[in-house]
Amino acid sequence: MDEVTTVRPPERLADKPQGAIPGAPPRGRRRFSLSPINQRRWQNFKANRRGYISLWLFSVLFVASLFAEFIANDRPFLIRLEGKLFFPAVVGYAETTFGGEFETAADYRDPYLRKLIAEKGGSIHWPPIRYSYDTHNLDLPTPAPSKPTWLLTEEECRPVVERKGLTGCADLEYNWFGTDDQGRDVLARLIYGFRISVLFGLILTLVSSVIGVAAGAVQGYFGGWVDLVFQRVIEIWTSIPSLYLLLIISSVLVPGFFVLLGILLLFSWVSLVGLVRAEFLRGRNFEYIQAARALGVSNATIMFRHLLPNAMVATMTMLPFVLSSSVMTLTALDFLGFGLPPGSPSLGELLAQGKANIQAPWLGLTGFFTLAIMLSLLIFIGEAARDAFDPRKTFR
Amino acid sequence: MDASAEPLLTVRDLSVAFGQGAREVVAVDRVSFEIRRGETVALVGESGSGKSVTALSIMKLLPYPSARHPSGRIHFKGRELLALPEDEIRRVRGDDITIIFQEPMTSLNPLHTIEKQIGEILLLHRGLVGAEARARIVDLLGQVGIPDPESRLQSYPHQLSGGQRQRVMIAMALANEPDLLIADEPTTALDVTVQAQILELLKQLQARLGMAMLFITHDLGIVRKIADRVCVMKEGRIVEHGEVARVFQAPAHPYTRALLAAEPKPDPAPLAPDQPMVIETRDLKVWFPIRRGVLRKTVGHIKAVDGVSIAVRKGETLGIVGESGSGKTTLGLAILRLISSEGPIVFMGNSLAGLRFKEMRPFRRDMQIVFQDPYGSLSPRMSVSDVIEEGLWVHHPDMSEDERQARVVRALNDVGLDPETRFRYPHEFSGGQRQRIAVARAIVLAPSFIVLDEPTSALDMLFQSQMVDLLRDLQKRRNLTYLFISHDLRVVAALASRLVVMRHGKVVEEGPAAELFADPKTGYTRALFAAAFDLETAPEGVVSQ
Repeated sequence: MDEVTTVRPPERLADKPQGAIPGAPPRGRRRFSLSPINQRRWQNFKANRRGYISLWLFSVLFVASLFAEFIANDRPFLIRLEGKLFFPAVVGYAETTFGGEFETAADYRDPYLRKLIAEKGGSIHWPPIRYSYDTHNLDLPTPAPSKPTWLLTEEECRPVVERKGLTGCADLEYNWFGTDDQGRDVLARLIYGFRISVLFGLILTLVSSVIGVAAGAVQGYFGGWVDLVFQRVIEIWTSIPSLYLLLIISSVLVPGFFVLLGILLLFSWVSLVGLVRAEFLRGRNFEYIQAARALGVSNATIMFRHLLPNAMVATMTMLPFVLSSSVMTLTALDFLGFGLPPGSPSLGELLAQGKANIQAPWLGLTGFFTLAIMLSLLIFIGEAARDAFDPRKTFR
Repeated sequence: MDASAEPLLTVRDLSVAFGQGAREVVAVDRVSFEIRRGETVALVGESGSGKSVTALSIMKLLPYPSARHPSGRIHFKGRELLALPEDEIRRVRGDDITIIFQEPMTSLNPLHTIEKQIGEILLLHRGLVGAEARARIVDLLGQVGIPDPESRLQSYPHQLSGGQRQRVMIAMALANEPDLLIADEPTTALDVTVQAQILELLKQLQARLGMAMLFITHDLGIVRKIADRVCVMKEGRIVEHGEVARVFQAPAHPYTRALLAAEPKPDPAPLAPDQPMVIETRDLKVWFPIRRGVLRKTVGHIKAVDGVSIAVRKGETLGIVGESGSGKTTLGLAILRLISSEGPIVFMGNSLAGLRFKEMRPFRRDMQIVFQDPYGSLSPRMSVSDVIEEGLWVHHPDMSEDERQARVVRALNDVGLDPETRFRYPHEFSGGQRQRIAVARAIVLAPSFIVLDEPTSALDMLFQSQMVDLLRDLQKRRNLTYLFISHDLRVVAALASRLVVMRHGKVVEEGPAAELFADPKTGYTRALFAAAFDLETAPEGVVSQ
């Protein structure tokens, strides 16, 4: 036994399976190092410069948008007043907290409140953009939708400038991409809209691939009648014109984030079933599967431990494309007005506004470029992933 | 053989490299040999020794530009093949030099008829069409021994047997009466009886047409049978070449000597009539239903195993031999209850028939299997340690990590692998080592009965005899009982104490191995033995074509 302990590499001592279920395989042994085959795939992915850069850009944009409250908000993220710290971006305070008169929520954009705080010697720290997605700019120089501030002429600015006692356009609070038809800042809405689109897409992709992979796995592994019945059900299911059904359902149910997610999930889970089913059908006759059965390994373990890794290659390759199509579906519904509830920041709604206000091209252009860049990044990432997973690619 | 005559093909200092930069692999390293007209030269070596790559570079069929020739010249009938442009080399291929591949299943296009596939070559190189081409095709099919060739013209490859498909491949290769025929392991995928027929055919045709042949094989028996001269390849180099008789009698290179000594030594486990019965089947049947029509009514059965009764006593090895399709593997899987079957199976006094998968689990500790393909039987995504200990997780879930590792290490030691390597992945091991890992996976549970399903077939000669020694050693040390399934009679002869000969799902003949080998009773068994040991063909009608 001594000999055994000496040959064991040190990392195994630290990484014993904890609370392992009887009969379950040891898990997470190599959690921190990629297997050689995955290392090679990662190298291949990195070798595709376009995809690699796209992945970085997309990750940076997405992570940044997760902190949208600290980038674009009508509430400061920090107020220092009389030795105390306030975090309005995360905590709601009443106006009386800062010495106001009413018990209502504080409106930090109100000059009255700002004056109050300034008089008490407090300081206010704002995010770079002082609008949230639902902030109406009440000091618009032109009727909404209003141009980006840097396109305004001094002539157009004058009424607001005079009313507020400023010197020129440059002193106004900037709407970098203009405002929409209700006077809301387009850039702020864009940041929140990007976040909600990507989050929606990610959750939809994840949930539908979990369901799709599970369904495909069961079909492929057991085959026979299970497969036959399931396949027919899926055929019937996919022949339902999904967009029309979506329109009908979303006019009955009050559309919210999770209702929409549920409705879209009804149809999106089928996209991966065929792939995974084919992989399992192919894989279940491999000799190492037979060997595992001869060892008495249970069906569930065989599927998870031996067959799923094979199917994951095909699944991983498809995921970026599923993600971009999920984003597109949400945008399409929003564009048609059957998507997220009115007032939510959404790229589809921005496009719809752009279509309704041809005289305000900044709406349509912003929506178009955001979608085009986001989807292109996703497609580039998808292409690079597909090539990285292609075993024949390595011989070139 | 006129030694002064100009050789037909001269290969000088040929090298082949794949990949670039740091990942460059030299597959063939400065190989030189020559083939004279009408002569057969054999290239022998284990897999990965570069024999096929050498042959393919003669026809420039390698995946250029990822393959390169850092050095070398290939001189054929006054022309330098390596320097020929693509359109000229295309005229050489299929006309002056032709090739037959190993796998007749995949070298024919499944969507075209035989006539169309042979006709294509005649059209390309000779411009033959219509009745003229058809006459030539019928003639060729007759030459390669396809019975009633005219009726076969419209057949598709799947309608032919493996041997017939290989005959069609040969007909295609001979269509334009080439000067040189390259045969790349043409019989490896075939049954022994068919192998003997194909070798016979190639020999006859070569004598009749006077062509030269480059014969690639890993089987020294075939070399002795068919070749005039032999080149032994190892790791991309030709380590020895010379006349077959000379090389076989007085091998100069140690590697050649090792190859020649690699015949598995016969030393089977003794019969043990007093020992308890380990496994017994009576009239075991595995029938796959053939269903037709909308209602999927069963119209008949494919009788893969049709009423087979076997009995193995403790410590014995039961050899099961037969051609592919005879049902031997199916029988093995049925005994382990990996496919459903009819008829009683009794394992150490317990009836296994009708047990559900979960009810079978306690027995699986005692009965294990080793498969044929060492590449397919290990999951590429699991480390060796994970592979071996999987059974322990199932059958001893409460075993401590230390104990489990100890068992894995002991199993690896038993199969002669360094336990330190157990955290590597299967692709880092050679075929022979992988098969040892598969054996380790089977013995780690300390079973008493192991089904060995062609465990040596995918291995090179050297590894085959090592594997046989290993299995015999394990059997003695652990008092194991084997069910040894193989089509390779030399390996079976080395291990089996009793023998069952199967054909078309039925037992043709059975008995103690020594008696059966000495005095086979049925014509089929005699033909099988003759084909396997002496590469002799049987009279018509005894074996399938």
